[in-house]
Amino acid sequence: MMGPASELICGGYPQGTQPYERFLLSPSAWGQLPAALMQEPAMALLGIWADSAQIHACFLHESSGEAVLASTPVTGGYYAALSPARPGAVRFERMILELWGHHAEGAVDLRPWLDHGRWPLRHPLAAKPIPFSGEPPQPEFLPVEGDGIHQIPVGPIHAGVIEPGHFRFSVQGEVVVRLEQRLGYKHKGTLSLMFGTSPRAAVRYAARLSGDTTVAHSWAFSAAVEAALDVAPPPRALHLRALMLELERIHNHLNDWGFICNDAAFAFPHARCGFLREGVLRAIAAAFGHRLMMDRVLPGGVAPDIAPRGAEAILAALDAVEAEIPALMQIYEAHASLQDRMVTTGFLRPELARGFAAGGHVGRASGRDFDARRLPQNHPYPVLAFDVPVLEAGDVDARLRIRVAELGQSIALVRQLLTNLPAGELMAPLPVRAGEGVAMIEGFRGECLHWVRLDDGGLIRGIFPRDPSWLQWPLLEAAIEDNIVADFPLCNKSFNCSYSGVDL
Amino acid sequence: MLWPKLARALFAKPLTDEAPLLPRETIQALGERLAATSRARLGRSLAIREVDSGSCNGCELEVNALQNVAYDLERFGLRFVASPKHADVLLVTGPACLNMREALERALASTPEPRWVVAVGDCAVDGGVFKGSYAVENGIGAVLPVDLLIPGCPPSPAQLLEGLLSLLEAEAAKK
Repeated sequence: MMGPASELICGGYPQGTQPYERFLLSPSAWGQLPAALMQEPAMALLGIWADSAQIHACFLHESSGEAVLASTPVTGGYYAALSPARPGAVRFERMILELWGHHAEGAVDLRPWLDHGRWPLRHPLAAKPIPFSGEPPQPEFLPVEGDGIHQIPVGPIHAGVIEPGHFRFSVQGEVVVRLEQRLGYKHKGTLSLMFGTSPRAAVRYAARLSGDTTVAHSWAFSAAVEAALDVAPPPRALHLRALMLELERIHNHLNDWGFICNDAAFAFPHARCGFLREGVLRAIAAAFGHRLMMDRVLPGGVAPDIAPRGAEAILAALDAVEAEIPALMQIYEAHASLQDRMVTTGFLRPELARGFAAGGHVGRASGRDFDARRLPQNHPYPVLAFDVPVLEAGDVDARLRIRVAELGQSIALVRQLLTNLPAGELMAPLPVRAGEGVAMIEGFRGECLHWVRLDDGGLIRGIFPRDPSWLQWPLLEAAIEDNIVADFPLCNKSFNCSYSGVDL
Repeated sequence: MLWPKLARALFAKPLTDEAPLLPRETIQALGERLAATSRARLGRSLAIREVDSGSCNGCELEVNALQNVAYDLERFGLRFVASPKHADVLLVTGPACLNMREALERALASTPEPRWVVAVGDCAVDGGVFKGSYAVENGIGAVLPVDLLIPGCPPSPAQLLEGLLSLLEAEAAKK
C-alpha cells in the first residue's frame, strides 16, 4: 500500500542503488515531500546526509520493513527541510549545513551542532571548504521560562569514565524541565578520512566509528560495499560475522545491565555482570584474537578464521552467563529499593519512539517492533531461529528487560551458529568498479545504516555511516522531562547512546 | 537470594587475577623522568581522572574493565576519581580533537602538581587512524605534557594495569 510520500519518491528517477532503490527527485517534488510525509506517518525517516551536490534521505516503510532512498539536487545552496514533518531530521540538517554547507529551507533548527568554531575551516566536506579563524562562538541554548528555573551545566568532561558531551539541564526545584544536549566534541573528521580511499582501507574507520559497535558498523559498511559491487561473501564468513555480532550484543548488554544497576547504587549486579562479561571477552580474545573483535569484519568476508579452541571457550563463557541470568534477574526484581528507581523512570512515550523511528532497546521497550536481523538480505539470519522481544512500558525497567531478554536470544543464536558453522572460504574477491549500496545491520543499540558510493576505480566517492544513536539521543531529552536530576544517570545509561557514533 | 550469595562469596576463592609482571625498562624510564623533574613524591596510591579527548569509546570499555572484579584496580591503591581536582594522574584517551582542546587544557589546569599525564591508546599516542584529519591535532602530546604512553587499539586491561603499576613502582623507587 503506497501513501503519498511513497508515490512521490517512486516517481523520481531510479539511480540503481542496491538492494534498495534511490530515486532522484526534482527540487519541486522534494519540496512536496514534507506535506506528503505528514499524510504517511508509517514512512519512517532513518537518516539524511549529503554530498557536494545532492541531499540523500533513507526511509523505511514501517509495515513492510522495506527501505527506499530519495535524493534531490541542492540549488543555490538550499534544499527543502524535512524537519517540519520528521523531528528526527533536525540534527541531520544541522550536521549537513556544517559539513557540506547546504541550507535546509524551512528547517526547525539550524543552530551549530558539530562545528564549535574550532576547526581551521568551515564546511570541510564541501567542494571548496572555507578557511576559518577566529573566536569560537558561545553556544546558544533554547530558552526556558517559568518561576525559579535555574540551569545546571554538565560536561563536556563527565564524572565517570564515559565519553564527552555537554548537557544543559533547566530545573525547577529537583525536577528537570528541559534537557538540551550539545554534542560534537568528539568530531574527528571521519568522513573526510574515508573519502577517496578503497573499501579495504576505509573499513578501519567504520570499525572505529563507535568502538562498542565495531562489529556491527564494520559489517554494515562491508555489506553496503558488497551490495554496490554485487559480491556475496562466502557462507562461512557470514556465519562468523553473525557469531561476532551476537557476541558483541552479549558483552554490551551485560555491561549495560550492570551499569544501570550501579547508577542506582546497587553494586552486586554490576560486579557479577562485569565478571561474566570479562569471561565473554576473554573467550572472544581466544577465538578471534581481539577482545572487541575490531578489524575482523572486512569487505568481502572476515579475517582471520575462528581459532581451533575458540568455539569451546565461547560456549563455556556463555554457559556461565546463562546459568546466572535467572538468579541475577531474581535479585533485580526482589529489591524494592532498586525497583523503585527503575519502574516508571525515564518514560518514553510509544508515539515518540515511532515518530523518531528509534531502533534497538530504546524503540523496542516503547513498542516499536523493528529489528534489522529480520531483513531478508541479512544472511544468515533468515535461517536462524530467534525472537525479538518488544515491550510497551517504555521506562528504564523496560529497556533493561529488553536487554536481558535479548541476552537469552543471542546466547541461543551463538549456539545455533557454532553448531552449523559451514566450512569453506572466508573472503570473496572485490572487483574494482563503480556501484552504490546501502545496508542495515542490527547492532546492540539498533540498526547501523551505511550508504556507500564507489567510483570506476573502486574508491569511495560518497559515504554515510548512520549510528542508531542519531534517532535515540533526542528521545533522551524527552524521556528525562519531569524526572528528578538524580535519575538522569539511570535514564542516560538505560539509553546508552554513542557519542562518537554521532559526532563523526 | 542476595545474602546467601554474598555469604558464600566471603568464603570462596577470590575471582581476582594475579598482578602482572612489570617491565623494568618502563619503570626505570619513569624513575629517571621523576628524578629529572625533581617532582615531589606522590606515594603508593594514585587517584586517576580519565578524560576522553575524542576516542571511539573502545578505550573507555577497557578502562572500565580495569574496575571489574577480575582486575580489581583498587587493590593496588589505584582508583578513579570524579574530578581532575582530586587527581594525581590524568589518563587521556582518543586523538586531540580540536573541539576538546579547551576542555583538556582546563582539566590539566585543574589537576594539582605533582601529577602524571598518561596517553592511552594509539589515538592518544599519535592520532592513530585519525592522524591528519582537519578536526584533530594527532596525539594528545599536542595539548598536554605526556609522561607515559600506553599504545594499543585499544590497549587491553592487562596492558593498562602494567602501565599504571609502573607509575607506582617509579614513585616507590624514588628516594
